[in-house]
Amino acid sequence: MAGEKVNRVNLTEKDYEGSASTMCRGCGHDAISASIMRAFFESSVDPRKVVKLSGIGCSSKTPAYFLSQSFGFNAVHGRMSAVATGANLANHTLMPIGVSGDGDTAAIGLGNFCHMMRRNVNITYVVENNGVYGLTKGQFSATADKGSVMKGGKINDIPALDICELAIILGATYIARSFSGDRKQLAPLLEGALAHKGSAILDVISPCVTFNNHEGSTKSLKYVKDHLDPIHDVDFIPFYENIEADYKEGTDHMVTLHDGSRIVLHKLGKDYDPSNKMQALNMIHASVAEGKFLTGLIYYDPNRLDFATELNLGDTPLAELGQDVLQPPAELLDRINADFMK
Amino acid sequence: METPTINDLSISIATENGTGSASANNILFKAIFKMGVPCSSKNMFPSNIQGLPTWYQIRASADGYMARKDMIDVMVMFNDATAAKDVYRVRDGGMIVYDDSTPLAASLKRDGVQYIGVPADELIQKIVPASPLRIKQRNMIYVGVLAALFGIDMETIKAVLQDAFGKKPAVIESNLVCIAAGFNHVKEKGYSQNIGRLEPIPNGNKGKIITEGNTACALGSIYGGASVICWYPITPSSSLAEAIEHYMPRLRKTDGKAAYAIVQAEDEIAAVNMIVGAGWAGARSMTSTSGPGLSLMNESIGLAYFAEIPCVIFIIQRGGPSTGLPTRTQQADIQLMYYASHGDTRHIILIPHDMKSCFDLSRRSFDFAERFQTPVFVMMDLDLGMNLWSSEPLKLEKEPFDRGKLLTAEQLDQWEKQGKKFRRYFDQDGDGIPYRTIPGNPNRKASYFTRGSGHDSDARYSEDEKDYKETLDRLRKKFETARQYVPKPIVEMNDGVRAGVICFGSSYEPVREARDRLKASGLKTNHLLLRALPLTEETRKFVEAHDVIYLVEQNRDAQMASIFKDEWPGMGAKIVSVLIYDGLPVTTLEVVRQIRQHSDGNLKEDAKWPEKKLIASI
Repeated sequence: MAGEKVNRVNLTEKDYEGSASTMCRGCGHDAISASIMRAFFESSVDPRKVVKLSGIGCSSKTPAYFLSQSFGFNAVHGRMSAVATGANLANHTLMPIGVSGDGDTAAIGLGNFCHMMRRNVNITYVVENNGVYGLTKGQFSATADKGSVMKGGKINDIPALDICELAIILGATYIARSFSGDRKQLAPLLEGALAHKGSAILDVISPCVTFNNHEGSTKSLKYVKDHLDPIHDVDFIPFYENIEADYKEGTDHMVTLHDGSRIVLHKLGKDYDPSNKMQALNMIHASVAEGKFLTGLIYYDPNRLDFATELNLGDTPLAELGQDVLQPPAELLDRINADFMK
Repeated sequence: METPTINDLSISIATENGTGSASANNILFKAIFKMGVPCSSKNMFPSNIQGLPTWYQIRASADGYMARKDMIDVMVMFNDATAAKDVYRVRDGGMIVYDDSTPLAASLKRDGVQYIGVPADELIQKIVPASPLRIKQRNMIYVGVLAALFGIDMETIKAVLQDAFGKKPAVIESNLVCIAAGFNHVKEKGYSQNIGRLEPIPNGNKGKIITEGNTACALGSIYGGASVICWYPITPSSSLAEAIEHYMPRLRKTDGKAAYAIVQAEDEIAAVNMIVGAGWAGARSMTSTSGPGLSLMNESIGLAYFAEIPCVIFIIQRGGPSTGLPTRTQQADIQLMYYASHGDTRHIILIPHDMKSCFDLSRRSFDFAERFQTPVFVMMDLDLGMNLWSSEPLKLEKEPFDRGKLLTAEQLDQWEKQGKKFRRYFDQDGDGIPYRTIPGNPNRKASYFTRGSGHDSDARYSEDEKDYKETLDRLRKKFETARQYVPKPIVEMNDGVRAGVICFGSSYEPVREARDRLKASGLKTNHLLLRALPLTEETRKFVEAHDVIYLVEQNRDAQMASIFKDEWPGMGAKIVSVLIYDGLPVTTLEVVRQIRQHSDGNLKEDAKWPEKKLIASI
C-alpha cells in the first residue's frame, strides 16, 4: 500500500494484525498483543513461518488477535507447552510463539512448562501474568503475591511462584520480565526472543483491569507501575542492520543472539551480566524481598542447544518427509524376520 | 499307566523374579520351537524387579494350539515361597520337579504325582564358584532336567545358545555346563516318566517367527511412517516404545540425521499433547500407554477429536481399575477407548489378534488417523503385547500412505483457480471429512485457527448453537463414514449352525481351540473375529444370522457387549457374554466351560473344573 511502511519481507504492520480483540477495555493483554505484532513486523518474520499456540484463559484467547496469516492452536488448559513441543518436533523450521497465563503456566500446566524448559524447546513463550484467574472471574493464581488482597477482601497467604526464577533453574535459555504497558522495553525483548533458538520465557506483568485492579492488590496497574524495577534499558539490533550499536564500554552490555542479532542493555545503576545464573537468581530474590518487579533481560545462555538440534533432526521437517524416507525397505523387514526365526 | 503323549505338553515353571529364570525359560522355549514343535509361552510375572513369584508356562502342541493350557503336566517348583500352592497346580498324574538338595517338606508331598528331585543347589555350587552369577545360573539346571526327561537333545540346546549368545562363547559355555549338569543328573539317576515326549517335527516351524505383539506393533509403526513418538513408561506398554527406539535407528536411515523424534515425556498428559501438536503440524505421531495413562490422556483425546487432529494411541491393556494388576492381562478399557473424553465422542479402534495383524494394523493406523483426521486407537492387551507368539513372518504390503484430504499449496492454488475456497471444517464432500492444511503451507489461504472450543466451518470461534450442533453432527457423520473403511471382521460361516462365537484380540487362540473342542463334543459354532470399532455391517449380519451369540471378552462388565447392544438393541437378547477377567491369559477350558454352561444349562463332565485339587492353573 502506497505510503505505508513495509518491512524486509514487504509486509506492512497491518499484515501482522489479527481479528478484533474481545478482552476487557484497558486489559494489559491487548497491549502485549500490540507489542507482539510490532516485534514480528520489526523482525520481518513471514507470518506463514509462524505458529501461534496457547492454552486456556483470557491470555490464551489472544493469539487470535494477531498474525491472522499464521496457523494458530488454542489447546486445552495447561498443555500448550507439550503441544508446542510436539509441533516443534514435527516442523522445527517454523517459529512458535506461545501465549499463556499465570494459571495456565504456573498452576495446571506447571509440570509440562517445566519440562519444556528442561528440554530447551525452541519457542517464544509469553506469560501474561496478572496474578488472577480472569476467565473464571477472579480467583487467586499461583503467581499472586503473599498478602495481596482479592476483590472480595480475601487475602492470599501463600508465597508467589516466580516464573523467571523457575525458568532459570529449569534450563530455559532466554529469560526476561517486562510490563504490558512498557512497549519500549517489551518489543525489543520480544524481538530478541524471536531471534533466539531455545526456550525464551517472557514473564509479562499484565494487570487485570476487571478482577485485580483494586487497592490492596499487588498486581493492580497502579501498584505495578509504582514498583517496577528495570535493570537496564533494552535496544534490539536486527542481524541485517550492520550499524554501530549505541554501546558504551563499562555501562552497557551486549548480547549476540543465534541469528546474529544483538541486544544492547544500557545499565541503570546496577552492574549486570545476564549470563551469570547466580547473579540473576540473587537479583530476583533481592527484588522480590523489596516487593518490586525486576524487569529486563534477566538471564541468557547462548550455548545450550535447542531440543530439535539435540535430537539431531535434519533440515527437512519430519512433517514433510515422504514415504520414501519414512518407510524402510521390505528387505530390512525380512532380515528382522530371520532374526525372529532363531 | 497312561500312554505318553507326543508333542502335547504343558510345563509351568515357578521361580522368584530377578533370578535369571527369564533366560532359562527362554532357552527352553526356543529349544522346543527349534525342534519344530508348535509351542507358545505365557509369562506371568509380578510388578516387581526382584524377589516376588513368577510363573512361566510353556505349551507344546502338535495341533498348533497356542492358548494357555488349562492343565499343567509338569510343575518346576523352584520357588519355596509358592511351593505349597504350586504342588496343587499340577494335574493328577503330572510331575513335580524340585530341588532335593534339602529334603522335601512333608507338607509338599502329595499323592498322584511323580516327584523328580534334582540337587540344583549342590550341583551349582560345584560348577559356579561363589559369585553373584550362581543364583542366576541355578535355573539353567532345570532346563537340562526337562530336556533329558522329555527328549530335547543337547545339540538343540547348544544351537539355541549359539543363536542367543553367538558373539559370547564364554556365556554359551557357562550356561551349557549348568544345563548339562541337570541333563546328566537325570541320565545318571535313570529317571523316566510316562507323561509325554517331545519329538522333532521336520520343518514343523519352518518359516515361522517368534516375537511379541509390542515388537510387531513397533515395527508396524516404523513401516507406517511414525515420525514423532512420545511416550511415558508404563507396563505393559513400555516395550513397544522401547522396541521403536531399538529398531528405528537401524531401519530409518538418512544422511547422519534422525528422520524421527522419540521423546520420553514427563507424563502421559504431556505425551498425548505432544503427539496432538505433532499431528496438527503434519507428522505421523503416536504414543503407547496402558489404562492409567489412557485415563490421564482423556482430556486431550477429546481435543484431538473435536479439533480433528490425526494421531495414533496404542493401548496395551492390563488389569484395572486404578493400579490394579499392572503385569496381568485384561480387555477392560474398551469403553474408555471407544468413548474417550468428555462430551459426545466416539473413536476408531483397530484390534490386532496375532503378530501379523499387530504389524499390519499398526502400519495402517496412521492411514486411518490421517484419512479421518482423528485419534485412532490400536487396542492391545498384555497377553498379546508381551508374550512370545509364533507366527507367519511379518509382511509389508506395498501401498502408498493415505494422507487423506491434505491440501498442499499447489492444490490450494488450483482450488482458487476453480473458485473453490478452503474452509477447514466444511463438509465439502458430504462424508463428514473436511479438508486439512498443515502449518508451513506457504499459500496465504492455508492458515486457520485450531481450537478445542466451539467453532464454525471456517474454524472461527463460535458459540452459536447452529454451528455447534452442525459440528457435532458432522463428526458423527464422519464416524459413520469410517464404518465403511475400518478392517472388516474375519468370519467363518457354516450353514445350519445356530450358535456364533465372537471374540477379539488375545482371546482368538483360546476361542479357536474351544470351538474345536465344542465341535468334538457336539456343539458346532460359527465364528467372527472382530478387528475394529465401529462395528460394521458384516458383524450385524453375523449376529442376525444366529440364535445365540457367545461374545468372549476379558472384563467383568461385558464392555464390548454393551457396544453391540447400543448399536443393535433389537438383537441384544441374543448375546451371551463369556467373561474372563482373572488377569491371566484366557484358557480354552474356561471358554468351553462358560459356553457349555449356557448351552447345556448345566456342566457336562468333560468341561468340569477339577477344583478340589487345583488352585489355579498358573
